[in-house]
Amino acid sequence: MPTFERTFELCQDLLADPGFDRVRQWKDAHPGARVIGYFPVYAPAEIIHAAGMLPVGLSGGGDRVDIQYADARFGSFICSIVKTTMEMGMREHLQLFDGVLFSSICDSARNLCFVMKRNFPDLYLDFLHLPHNPSSPASVDFLFSEYRRLIRELERIGGNKITEGALREAIALYNRNRRLIHELYAFRSQKPHLLRAWESYVLVRAGYVMPVEEHNQMLEESLEHLAQRSGKMRDSIRVVVEGAFCEQPPLDLIKLAEDAGCYVVNDDFVIGRSWFVEDVPEDGDPLRSLAESYVNRAVYSSVRHDFRAPRWEGLADKVKQSRADAVLFLIAKFCEPAYFDYVLFKKKLESIGVPHLLVEFEEKQFTFDRVRTEVETFVESLVFD
Amino acid sequence: MVEVKRSEYRGSIHQRQKDLMLKWYERLNEAAETGVPPTASLMISGNCVELLEGFGAVPIYPEVNALQLAIRHQSLDPILAAEELGYAPDNCAYVKADIGCYLKGITPTGGKLPKPDLVLCNFVGCNTYVKWFEHTAELTGSKLYVLDVPFLREDEPSRADMDYVVRQLKEVVALLEQISGRKFDYDRFVEAVRCSAQVEELWSQIKHLARRTPSPFDAYFDAITLMGPLYVYRGTPEGVDFFRAALEEMQAKVDAGEGLYDQEKYRLVIEGPPPYPYFRTFRDMFAKWKATTVASTYSTVGGLWEFGARHDPDHPFESVALHMLAHNVTNRNYLQRYEQIRRYLEEWNADGLIIHFVKSCRLFSAGQGDMRDYVTKTLGIPTLYIESDLEDPRYFAEAQTRNRIDAFFESLEHSKLGAHAHA
Repeated sequence: MPTFERTFELCQDLLADPGFDRVRQWKDAHPGARVIGYFPVYAPAEIIHAAGMLPVGLSGGGDRVDIQYADARFGSFICSIVKTTMEMGMREHLQLFDGVLFSSICDSARNLCFVMKRNFPDLYLDFLHLPHNPSSPASVDFLFSEYRRLIRELERIGGNKITEGALREAIALYNRNRRLIHELYAFRSQKPHLLRAWESYVLVRAGYVMPVEEHNQMLEESLEHLAQRSGKMRDSIRVVVEGAFCEQPPLDLIKLAEDAGCYVVNDDFVIGRSWFVEDVPEDGDPLRSLAESYVNRAVYSSVRHDFRAPRWEGLADKVKQSRADAVLFLIAKFCEPAYFDYVLFKKKLESIGVPHLLVEFEEKQFTFDRVRTEVETFVESLVFD
Repeated sequence: MVEVKRSEYRGSIHQRQKDLMLKWYERLNEAAETGVPPTASLMISGNCVELLEGFGAVPIYPEVNALQLAIRHQSLDPILAAEELGYAPDNCAYVKADIGCYLKGITPTGGKLPKPDLVLCNFVGCNTYVKWFEHTAELTGSKLYVLDVPFLREDEPSRADMDYVVRQLKEVVALLEQISGRKFDYDRFVEAVRCSAQVEELWSQIKHLARRTPSPFDAYFDAITLMGPLYVYRGTPEGVDFFRAALEEMQAKVDAGEGLYDQEKYRLVIEGPPPYPYFRTFRDMFAKWKATTVASTYSTVGGLWEFGARHDPDHPFESVALHMLAHNVTNRNYLQRYEQIRRYLEEWNADGLIIHFVKSCRLFSAGQGDMRDYVTKTLGIPTLYIESDLEDPRYFAEAQTRNRIDAFFESLEHSKLGAHAHA
């Protein structure tokens, strides 16, 4: 197998490792430096980077963590990622971390932050309130203050003094990272037969556990190699995946969707990695630029509320721009933001004649026969329509 | 076999509460018929009803509508109607009932509900609120404003939190002036804040009467009866009169040594909203054991005042902001809720904690297993954990719930007897 093709397997190994070995290597190479995890969906990784710390995206336990203790803390009707994250803490999988950030995405994740605070008193756990009223000019000022609070906390727990210069440098690095991810998505949308959705997904998600500089290099090399790939177009329909912005579906489910006849030409997997539609301005006050970008330059998402631009219009635009035939809703079981948005997304799609299919998943799902039949039937109904 | 007892506080206050709530619905009906007075949808938690008083506007509370429906056993049909539209079985059933009612034209009294002039989402901890009001605005075509209240992530709100909320409150004032065509009456707003402070003082005194043995009322089931006027009339002289009368009645019961039963056997704290579709049945499960709730977290959704917080007419906007940020259970963090419960257990002298997990409400319920761990292991207080729903009748397992409650009291009885034997 050519070296480049192994990249996907390596990335797959990275995200299947509940022990965060890649993070351990970084910590060994940087004695005394801190690691800050962040629960989905978005966190200002630039600020963590500027403190000389490693920002690490958390993404639950996937299918590698059996729940023994967390069920007793969180009970029924609570999504899987909340429980596996708690379980990882209880089983000491988070020992490499000096802190974990949460944000205002949903009620379960917020309560998890405080339950973890009680159970893991040595860990720095913080909750960022990301604003939900972008129409108010006050929201930029508020978020600016919230980020300043985060800076004080990171400095307190042993980060470097965060300078404007370091922030600017971090913003430039993450702008580069987001641009590369956008390029990768554009490539896949144009040539879905040359880059499968699961490959693109693992490549992007690998950035969760490595320094952004290394991830940028990996993405650059991958884009170069992808341009050399060749293959034949399959007879598949083009779909946009919506609803998997927080808890991530099992890799086998993403593979299955494609095997069953879909080209996933756009999706919201690990969407926090490509959160802004344009670069964060690299001039001016860097912290204010970050705050202002969250309010005015962010993607639409079920966990970000902006009634100036309804999310269902965002989905309709995405479908149009991706020249998609249909939308595949992949929704984590018990994910209330996704369930609610489904209703208005569905209404919009029906008004513009875009077919859609809803599939629910859980992290530890291991049988997919029923889902395969559903997706195949859906695809057939469109192909033979 | 213990005889099944029914308990309920039924003084003149009970009837006055009904009259006040009917009058509220009449005003909403009038608004629907004539367009006057102006109306705004609001959420219960940490609401800013005083601001509406400054416009002579009337609040519409979809939660109050939804719970009334459930108490009358009428919530399932609208829930099913909403599910047909695409809402999931695991979406909040309050929302589904409300949306279903809108679709089917059902109202709590049979009268009309107006199209709100403003859908004002006071986002106070509950993420479902934002989704709910977004859907309401989309369905009704009314203007939406999300008043974003930062979650209480530290002990107290910061200056930045306060500034953010105050600036938004002033934006709401400008928006309501534009929508209603009425000028904001600042003096009336200040007067509303003054009334709220009085109501809060009276309500707090009522709650503190439950520290007496026997408690003159049930601070969960009876408190809910008093909560309607608390949200609708807090900022009005009628609200002040109502709560003054309520305090007098309760105080008279204390003076006469009257409780809910001939003898109060157990004192409880209850956490979580009630199962409204089985409200009476649920209450009777506790009455059977002559158990009185002496404090509850649910009765602090609209405001947490028993520890001293009040609105302040000298700083009206700031105190409304502070109320939304810090003085209601939903915007306070989970560990602050543990602390609230600890104080109730100790200062209200309770024998145990009942945790009612509600599948609709992750704000209340996500993490209640950890809460139980804290209360039983760290505080050493007996705890019962039961699951159902606040609106959807399909999730109430009557026999199982009764068995668990009976078993809990049997074990409490046993440990009380043991304690006496050792004394």
